[in-house]
Amino acid sequence: MIEAVDLERTYKLGDSDVGALRGVSLSVAAGDYVAITGPSGSGKSTLMHVLGALDRPTAGLVRIDGRDVNTLSDGDLAELRNATIGFVFQSFALLARTSAVDNVAMPLLYRGMRKSARRKLAVEALEKVGLAHRLDHRPNQLSGGEQQRVAIARALVGDPKVVFADEPTGNLDTRNGEEVMKLLGALNADAGVAIVLVTHEPDIAAHASRQIQIRDGRIAFDSAAGRDPAAA
Amino acid sequence: MTVLEGFRVALEALRANRLRSLLTMLGVIIGVAAVVLLVGIGGGAKQEVTSQVEGLGSNLVIVVPGKFELGSAPTVSRLQLDDVDAIARVVGDPNAVTASVTSGEVARNGTREMFTSMVGVTETMTTVFDRPVARGQAISATDVDTRRRVAVLGSEAAEELFGDVDPIGRQLTLAGVRLRVIGVYAERGSAFGVSRDGEIHVPVTTAHRILGTERVDALVVKAPSSDRVEELRPKLEQALVDRYPGEEFSAVTQSQILGTIGKILGLLTLVLAAIAAISLLVGGVGVSNIMLVSVRERTREIGLRKALGARQRDVLLQFLIEAVMLTAVGGIIGITIGVGGSLLIDTFSPVPAVITWWSPAMAFAVSAGVGVFFGVAPARRAARLDPVVALRTD
Repeated sequence: MIEAVDLERTYKLGDSDVGALRGVSLSVAAGDYVAITGPSGSGKSTLMHVLGALDRPTAGLVRIDGRDVNTLSDGDLAELRNATIGFVFQSFALLARTSAVDNVAMPLLYRGMRKSARRKLAVEALEKVGLAHRLDHRPNQLSGGEQQRVAIARALVGDPKVVFADEPTGNLDTRNGEEVMKLLGALNADAGVAIVLVTHEPDIAAHASRQIQIRDGRIAFDSAAGRDPAAA
Repeated sequence: MTVLEGFRVALEALRANRLRSLLTMLGVIIGVAAVVLLVGIGGGAKQEVTSQVEGLGSNLVIVVPGKFELGSAPTVSRLQLDDVDAIARVVGDPNAVTASVTSGEVARNGTREMFTSMVGVTETMTTVFDRPVARGQAISATDVDTRRRVAVLGSEAAEELFGDVDPIGRQLTLAGVRLRVIGVYAERGSAFGVSRDGEIHVPVTTAHRILGTERVDALVVKAPSSDRVEELRPKLEQALVDRYPGEEFSAVTQSQILGTIGKILGLLTLVLAAIAAISLLVGGVGVSNIMLVSVRERTREIGLRKALGARQRDVLLQFLIEAVMLTAVGGIIGITIGVGGSLLIDTFSPVPAVITWWSPAMAFAVSAGVGVFFGVAPARRAARLDPVVALRTD
């Protein structure tokens, strides 16, 4: 599904290059449920951006759904994200001026789908997250938990192969956080969608079947590899 | 994303910021309304000139001293009454030439008084200008030869000085001289807001005595037919130059005079429209400014859209359409105001206004063009945002 080899990503900070990723190799298979943890500044967000085709690596190879990111144009990357990837953000990232159903339908807009078809799929997605009664509410008329469920509906409306969730419970209380984690778990278990969860909370990471720890731009631990590279 | 979808998304964004969108449009509205209105008024004035030209007998030639063109200084007339005979010989018909001298004077009848144009005329005036008297008599050759103190009134002057009383045979005071009214002209109407019906005509010799001068302001010749006008003009000029060596004279037709007025009006319209166009440009800059602010404010939205699969051209299209919608809708409102205003002015004021099909069409095209032109920079900025950076922005 996703294959990364020797990923490096450096940022220019003044005159010096700061390495956010320094040689990361990992693969995410279809149907995986991966938690990426690590202290802030460890590079886990950068890793998510590169694996999610939002960003390009400075060096190394990323293959998403069989396509080499380095060979794709910006437009191709946008289409790749649209077709294969769903995103859930900590801050929900909903458009305040439009209704829940329009927010959910937004990815389909860039697929060239007709309005009626978009709405139909968006309504189905909102039904899946238990918000069938909130279709025409604006984000500010919804609770935080409901907003994040709208965001999850938006991530799954395009029928993605992988969903990236960046601190999805970061702005929620425990009860709503559990609700969101349950939805993500169901998405993985029932629909076979791979989930890549970025979090710094161990409780949340525990929902995943595979744990990856990032430290200083390198993988410090990968439960699937069954080894600790730092110890080797 | 199709263009139609782009319009839907843009409309949504503009409606989310109603007041701001409206204020931004206001600049364009004012600019477009001003252009349409001024072009309408200018066009109306020009059309009136054109219809005046068409309504005039085109076979009148007016001979004035000096050069007749835009920007030339007025010349003091050296023409005299003798010149009428000289010109008559060129034309070959003494009845086809008349001369006049005009002066602004006060006319009085008892307590009634008015400011009027006293025009000294020769007896041929009525035939040359085709201006019949309605009552009484016109000024005759004898009146001119013997400097009779008689006057023929324009219909308005008669009305003002004598009211319902028949003025024929009565006395009035003009420039302090008592004159006897012998006739009243038929009503003529006004041209360019100047009414000829307020004039008082006296024999040119009488006017000369009153004014203490021998001068004649202009000679007017009626050509036998309109196609002989052009052949006559240089002959008339030459005849006068022969009499006054070293001086310049111009024989102009009425259509030439009106054409010059039309030129002046056209120039004036152009200048006014240019000033209005500048305000349209300023409106465009306002649109650009607000779009830049909008892109800055909506950086997260742009990042989100890109993360969800919007390509650069999708984002570019969205913001460009927003800018064009601001100016195009502003343009339509501006055109409505401009056209409505022109109609109001045309109906309720003496100023004529004409709506040509091209001025609203052009105003719309220009305002939409302004939207594209001033919308490109902000839209490109939006389109090129890096999604990662944009998503991280608060």
